[in-house]
Amino acid sequence: MKKSNIIMLLAAILPLGLFLFPLWRITLEAPQYPTPLAMNIHINDFSDVHPHDIKNINLMNHYVGMKYIPDAIPEFKIFPLGIIITTVIGLIIAFKGNYKWFLFWFILMIVLSSAGLYDFYIWEHDYGHNLDPKAIMKFTNPDGSIMGFQPPLFGTKDILNFTAHSYPRLGALFLGLGIAASFIAYLTGKKNHKTV
Amino acid sequence: MKKVLKPIVTLLGILVAFTSCNNDSKSNAGALSSSAAEKVYVKPGDHDEFYAFISGGFSGQLSVYGLPSGRLFKVIPVFSQDAEKAWGYNEETKPMLNTSHGFIPWDDAHHPDISQTNGEIDGRWVFINGNNTPRIAKIDLSTFETTEIIEVPNSAGNHSSSFVTENTEYVVAGTRFSIPIPQKDMPIKDYKGNFKGALTFISVEPEHGHMDIKFQLIMPGFDYDLSHPGRGKSHGWFFFTTYNSEEANTLLEVNASQNDKDFIAAVNWKKIEEYVNNGGGTMMPSKYAHNVYDESTHSATSTIKEEVLTVNPLDVPGAVYLLPTPKSPHGCDVDPSGEYIVGNGKLSANLTVHSFTKMLDAIENKKFAGDAYGIPIINFEDVLAGVVEQPGLGPLHTEFDGKGNAYTTFFISSEVVKWKLETWEVVDRQPCYYSVGHLMIPGGNSQKPWGKYVLAMNKITKDRYLPTGPEVTQSAQLYDISGDKMELLLDFPTIGEPHYAAGCPADLIKPRSKKIFKLEENNHPYATKSEADTKVVRDGNTVHVYMTMIRSHFSPDNIEGIKVGDEVYFHVTNLEQDYDVPHGVSMIGANTSELLIMPGQTETFKWEPKQVGVWPFYCTDFCSALHQEMQGYVRVSAANANTPLRWSLGEDIE
Repeated sequence: MKKSNIIMLLAAILPLGLFLFPLWRITLEAPQYPTPLAMNIHINDFSDVHPHDIKNINLMNHYVGMKYIPDAIPEFKIFPLGIIITTVIGLIIAFKGNYKWFLFWFILMIVLSSAGLYDFYIWEHDYGHNLDPKAIMKFTNPDGSIMGFQPPLFGTKDILNFTAHSYPRLGALFLGLGIAASFIAYLTGKKNHKTV
Repeated sequence: MKKVLKPIVTLLGILVAFTSCNNDSKSNAGALSSSAAEKVYVKPGDHDEFYAFISGGFSGQLSVYGLPSGRLFKVIPVFSQDAEKAWGYNEETKPMLNTSHGFIPWDDAHHPDISQTNGEIDGRWVFINGNNTPRIAKIDLSTFETTEIIEVPNSAGNHSSSFVTENTEYVVAGTRFSIPIPQKDMPIKDYKGNFKGALTFISVEPEHGHMDIKFQLIMPGFDYDLSHPGRGKSHGWFFFTTYNSEEANTLLEVNASQNDKDFIAAVNWKKIEEYVNNGGGTMMPSKYAHNVYDESTHSATSTIKEEVLTVNPLDVPGAVYLLPTPKSPHGCDVDPSGEYIVGNGKLSANLTVHSFTKMLDAIENKKFAGDAYGIPIINFEDVLAGVVEQPGLGPLHTEFDGKGNAYTTFFISSEVVKWKLETWEVVDRQPCYYSVGHLMIPGGNSQKPWGKYVLAMNKITKDRYLPTGPEVTQSAQLYDISGDKMELLLDFPTIGEPHYAAGCPADLIKPRSKKIFKLEENNHPYATKSEADTKVVRDGNTVHVYMTMIRSHFSPDNIEGIKVGDEVYFHVTNLEQDYDVPHGVSMIGANTSELLIMPGQTETFKWEPKQVGVWPFYCTDFCSALHQEMQGYVRVSAANANTPLRWSLGEDIE
């Protein structure tokens, strides 16, 4: 087997790490929480970082009218399926395909990941802005608009008394490495093709 | 590369400068090094180095302080009702205060002692005695709650307790007052020879700490004052001081102070244990309560037991000896090696120290001076290790720093005196303000004391604090004993009477401290685990309200259909699963207290409405920004009304 195909094989397998490790983590810090509240987002689930974190995030958030974090969202069915399908495609390419197909897989993964991130943003936006009209506390921005409580997609942001952090975790690293590896496979394959 | 290195080197330079700055401030503190304030200062957010569990004496409770700051963290209710925590008021804890004499909501808590493993403090439980209606309580140090209380039958004035052996095999309870055993109607003047003293050995099950009376040693009718377990080489023995070996029954201040020497009773409990395990001893009918709190049902049960195993010391030859000790000895303290047994003769000018090795030798060679009711008395000279000559007036208690020094309190001359084991010379003394009783070195009753501080517990304060009328606070005083000279660092007020204390490093307890009770492990028979399950159930004129609480509402918060004359039980479950978020609840006109309910816990109070009306209830513990909104109403109709039973949350009752 060619070196480039071996790299492509690795690229196709790496995203499966998403089934082992969380994709993302949102952490909420406040003075009253010496141990911050935090939730992990997996490919197919939300989970507490410390026991009962999600319950306690919900309890805090209901003051400003945010909905309870759902037990399940449709994405938890779609995303795992997507990863399995792309991995299978990747494996077929690794065994059968040439370097041009590696680039195809690379672009496919970039597009799908971007779509996933966009979907995540939409979900976060709705979660942070679609507030209960009977909310206990109402806050407005300096311009008079209703304040949203959307956690950042990536990075750190102050929301009232909380500092929210949103960063990728090990699962995302596996996905990223897989995508990067497919590009390297493409470059290696291309180089070999030229020398041959 | 150089470009990268330069800023790093500069940064390191700055860091070193800052670090050394800190060092400078410490080493320059020559004058400050003797600053007591600095030594007890625990800066905001930092934790104390030691826990001190200080008995509340006549308050019946146990208080939790931090050392060296002297800050009070908690009062743990033990023998007395405590409205703050609903202890003895709610249906769950009422059984804890049950005795063979009925519900007794008070006691006189004296000597706390922390459990041990291999002769070292393990920080799992604290035991403490109720002196008045003889009881021993066990406090679980993962929850800081009293989880077991056992009554001690055939006892009165349970004073020489609750000290534990070096693997917490036993906690002892020794009677201060001798009484007829079994109790009967007889002339008091016939005390001598007829009254008996019971020394009770309560076994502690090693895994869960479950207590059970293993046996009672029925001793001559002296007054048994204090006790200490042997340790190390003397493990397997227990030592009890006695006074009133005269067996007087009136005007004891004179009549019990006649003998030049009283005794320390040395009890070989391993020998008696063996005797009992082989079927020895006599079962005697006697009633006593055994109360156990179950963390999973959040409820206590009280069982009245009917008999106890008694042992006559004469039936176990070689198990009990009497060591003559001048004069009305009070404290009975064994040094960490287990060799020296200090008898503080409170009316004696000198301190008497016995030698365990010499005691064994005297027993082996039968060097006896006679006997008392058949129990051999060892020759005073043959057991004496040494005497501390004229150290002060009124010696009471001794603790050890593990470095060969002993510290004894003197009640009459109000001081702590430091002296050396084996040379018996006094090396230092510090005044107390005033009239010191016990003193405590963390780990004092173990083979491994942490000899950094000694805490003196004083009976009288007079002018030491702002006056508060005729009743002024009692206090504890902290001394640094890490140097050659003791140094007074701090005095701080205490609850009730700071009778005795037990201490240990915070790190032994802190990591095991519970943060919440898991809701899924709540097995309370009336628990409600979600708002959807809340309900109100009528059974005749008894009504059970299954209520929940979470920030910031009760469910239900409107209840109708309660009638005058009903017995209403509010079973309230705290649905929170977050650290430090208890809720309280109180009901107008309830003849009880509020409830203070921890996350995941269920508690119950009883309300008997006597007047028609709409009556509010509310949360009593400031829980959230909307704590003040955490409230509800109960509509009470006339006894013969036909208002239907209904309840709701978030909508009007239909």
